[in-house]
Amino acid sequence: MSHKKTDPKTVQQIDENLKRVFDVQLQQELPDRLKDLLAQLKARDAGKDTGAEK
Amino acid sequence: MSDTDPRDQLVDHLPALRAYAINLTRNVATADDMVQDTVVKAWTNIDKFQPGTNMRAWLFTILRNTFYSSRRKTNREVPDVDGAFTARLSEKPAHDGRLQMADFQKAFVQLPDEQRETLVLVGAAGFSYEEAAEMCGVAVGTIKSRANRGRKRLAELMHLTEDGAMELTDKATIAVVTAGGSSAF
Repeated sequence: MSHKKTDPKTVQQIDENLKRVFDVQLQQELPDRLKDLLAQLKARDAGKDTGAEK
Repeated sequence: MSDTDPRDQLVDHLPALRAYAINLTRNVATADDMVQDTVVKAWTNIDKFQPGTNMRAWLFTILRNTFYSSRRKTNREVPDVDGAFTARLSEKPAHDGRLQMADFQKAFVQLPDEQRETLVLVGAAGFSYEEAAEMCGVAVGTIKSRANRGRKRLAELMHLTEDGAMELTDKATIAVVTAGGSSAF
């Protein structure tokens, strides 16, 4: 039997798996280079903006 | 506190952005490069972000464009899939059993880019079909069709049938419980 649509139970199970995988990935610790990136960007901008005040 | 700077919100979206990138690229190192590029672009172009709109969708769209333009540039048809994606997951047993998770992952990475990213957007990250359509620059019907085809393919790859769907879960659970408990009981 070949149905055009996947049955709702299977869809639900697949989506639960997708969410579970995504949640595990969400909980992974960010690598340092990404953790530091925003601070670096902030520092770079601060250097630019406050240049006149120095 | 001064007026809120939207750039201060960027940090809140990094884990989701990275998860999306990993699913899109299937390679953790490439994903981190993409996230880095995306954050720099978002930071520099923050004036283009409209306050009150969905920042996560905005960031995902930038990352998506970065991914597809770099793929066009390198003209690399065969993606560089690394094992870290599945390996890291299998370190953490899910309550339904890690066997099934690993199988699911193996099936998922085989899907075409468009189906994979659609399923991540609407199935995992919680975007609506309409939001996903806007992010991908396609019609809502296209997103629905990609999601349907992706789910159908996953069901086939995992041998889920209408009758067997729940049965497999039970079997997998029993298998894990039995394997884990056989020495103790």
